[in-house]
Order: sequence, then C-alpha cells, then structure tokens
Amino acid sequence: MITKRIIPCLDVKDGRVVKGRNFKGLSDVSSPVELGKFYSECGADELVFYDITASVEGRRLFTGILREVASTIFIPLTVGGGINTLDDFDRVLKCGADKVSVNSGAIKDPNLIYEAAKRYGSQCVVLSADVKRVDGSYRVFAKGGRENTGLEAADWIRRGVELGAGEIVLNSIDTDGVKEGFDLQMLEDVCGKVNVPVIASGGAGCIEDFITLFKTLQFVDAGLAASIFHYGEVSIKDLKDRLKENGILARTV
Amino acid sequence: MIAIIDYGVGNLFSLKSSFASLGIEAAVTADPAEIDKAERIVLPGVGAFGDAAEKLKAQGLWDFVIKQAESGKPFLGICLGMQLLLEESFEFGRHEGLGLVPGKVVPIADVIPKGLKIPQMGWNALELTNDSPIFADTAEGEHMYFVHSFYCASPAENVTAVCEYGAQLTAAVQNGNVFGTQFHPEKSGPAGLKILKSFSRL
Repeated sequence: MITKRIIPCLDVKDGRVVKGRNFKGLSDVSSPVELGKFYSECGADELVFYDITASVEGRRLFTGILREVASTIFIPLTVGGGINTLDDFDRVLKCGADKVSVNSGAIKDPNLIYEAAKRYGSQCVVLSADVKRVDGSYRVFAKGGRENTGLEAADWIRRGVELGAGEIVLNSIDTDGVKEGFDLQMLEDVCGKVNVPVIASGGAGCIEDFITLFKTLQFVDAGLAASIFHYGEVSIKDLKDRLKENGILARTV
Repeated sequence: MIAIIDYGVGNLFSLKSSFASLGIEAAVTADPAEIDKAERIVLPGVGAFGDAAEKLKAQGLWDFVIKQAESGKPFLGICLGMQLLLEESFEFGRHEGLGLVPGKVVPIADVIPKGLKIPQMGWNALELTNDSPIFADTAEGEHMYFVHSFYCASPAENVTAVCEYGAQLTAAVQNGNVFGTQFHPEKSGPAGLKILKSFSRL
C-alpha cells in the first residue's frame, strides 16, 4: 500500500525560505536550493515550493530559483504562489514542477482548475485552501490569508474537485505556526468526504502531532510542515521511524 | 548518449536533470537523426493515452520509435511512456499501442476495492517478480513514486515488479531490450536514480 507522505514546505520570499506565525513576522531561514536538496536526500516524500508573496504583489514566481531547486531534487515538486493563468502553469511546469498549486487564482477564476486539469491532467492540479473559523463556520481566505472570500470551505473544495483538482491542501489559519497539532476537527469537517488525496497543513509542532493525524484521520494522505523541519526541531528520519513504530506506513531511505 | 523523446508531454526537465546528476549525457529531442544516434532511448509521458499517441504520431515518430526499439537498443518507457509500449489501451475508448510489450492498459478501478482513491498517488513498495537488469541494484521493498489511474495487464513473464494497492498492480515490465516502469524513477529519490543508472549501463 502507499505510504503516508511527509512534505516539507518551502515558503519563499525574495529567494529565501521563510516561516512566520499566523503568516506574519516572517524570519529568514535558509536557501531554497540547499534546503530542497537536503530534504530530498534525507527522505522527504515531496516538496512544496511556495512563493508566498506572489499573489499579494502581483508578480511572477522566481522561475530561476525554481529551476535551480528542480534540477537538484529527485522527488515530486509542487509549486504555488501567483498562479493565475494557464501560462503560469506552463511556465512552472517547464521549470521542473510536477504539480501546480492554485489558491487565490482559482478563487478569482474557478475555471482555471478545469482548464488546467484538461490540459495537464488532474494529477497536476493541486487546490490549496487557507481556511479559518469565522462565526462558527469555515471560510476560505485569499491572498496569503489576508482576505476573507466568504466562501464556505467544504463547498469550495467539493467544487474544486468537481472542476478537476487532483489533490487538496487544507491549511488551517487557526493552527498555522501555533505548533500544537494539526487542525483535526477542521480537516474532518471540511475534507472528510473528499475522494482525492488530502494534505494536512498548519499546526505541526512535534512528531506526535503526525502520529495523531494519521491515526485519527485515515483519509489524510500527507502531512505538510515548514518551520519544525527547517529549524531542525524534527528530523524527517526520526519522524518516519516513529511513524513505522506506530504501525503507520512510511518510506525510509 | 541517451535520447529522451520530446513529443510535448511530461516533465522532461526532471528526467534530464536526473541523468545529469548521475554524470550521464542525455538530450531532450524530437529529431529522428539525433534519436537514431543515441545508444539508449527513454520514452516519457504523463496525461491521457489517446492524446499522447496522437502527439507521437503527429510528430511522425510512431513508426520510427517502433523501429528504434526493434533495433535492439535499450529502450525505457516511463509512466504513460510504459503504457504506450503495450498493444492496446482502454483509457477513454480503445487505442492502439506501440505493441513492443505484450498486454493491454486497463483501469485500476476494475481490480481494486471501492473506497481506495484513484489515481494511486504516492510512494509504494516494489515486489520484484522477475529478474530485470534495470533492477540490478534495487532491493525488494524499495519505495517508488506512482501516479496513475490505469495499469498494464501483461503476461506474468513480462512483469518484473508489482506493487500492492488493494490488488497487485504491474509496476514494471520487460520484453527483451524494452523496459517500462509505471512509477517515476526520476521522482523516486536515490532508489529511483539507481534504476536510471542501471539502465544507462545496459
């Protein structure tokens, strides 16, 4: 059977990997190329390379850095940030991305999901949603968590899958950077019935959080995190070993 | 030199980078003269079978690719590139394949229990079922990266590896000098690179 995937996320700003708490107060961590290579070699199952400010600033992803990352890592690479058109898909795929993650661009134009899935296949289109609790319901936020779209999260994700999204990343703004565990309740409520792979994001603070995630929510395929890996608080090897000890399928190198 | 056939589908950048990281010269090309000069050929591919077959034909490469494979050069199809090697596919209708490996391409949904997600997307362990030189340095149980909704139903003697996903699905095939991997060796970390290295030594 397929293993549960562990995915480090490289949030990139100005060519450097950064990570903030609740999306604010960014601090410089390291070089995307060095970190990407390190993760690829130590057993990460996939990398997400995300230009966090591209949507806000309306500029295009640094394809030069992307190309450099893609030429040194030999695991699947998902790229997001500032993806608004099919041309954006084309550009990052040519730079070595395997999947493209859409967020604000798909909210603005949902048809982007359909058109991209038709041209490149559903396996290539990842719908990433930043979700936050607002007055007792789950709402989708755009532009890096800055703008409440008013969209109900479960409805939006169901629609995204119907349009052709082949994978869902659910990022809880409520738990992002808090390091007290994934947002299990939100994952269950929003993605419990999704029939494409689901990647949980936001809140991982320690190895136990991943064990709890996969033991509690069978439908979750992967766990994504950034700072705990970048700062060396959790090593991917230790994490995989502990998953296996707990009867969770994991790939070790 | 290895020729990676460029017919407008797939992540060729990664494949080329993988060979480069191994110190192996590889060219992404659609030029028959260049492909003819190559010592080995890789046929990549992602997407739908019918579209890919049409693109290969539109570039005038269909019969040429068959001749190249029949010349005895080591030939490797990856993912959809492996499925194209078979005789026929039933992905959205019936399509003729290159016919270089016996068998047909059929939906995973026909053989796996309901409730499992399709496509199979992620890392799965290889079970080696027949000796194959591309697995010279590969151990039983090594994980490879798969993304597919259809699989190759081939005679047991042509299947060199399987993976378990609710049923045993073909992970690799061989017919003489023609090899295929359903998984992406260029995306399977160090384990995948070993397979590309073994192929480049043939």
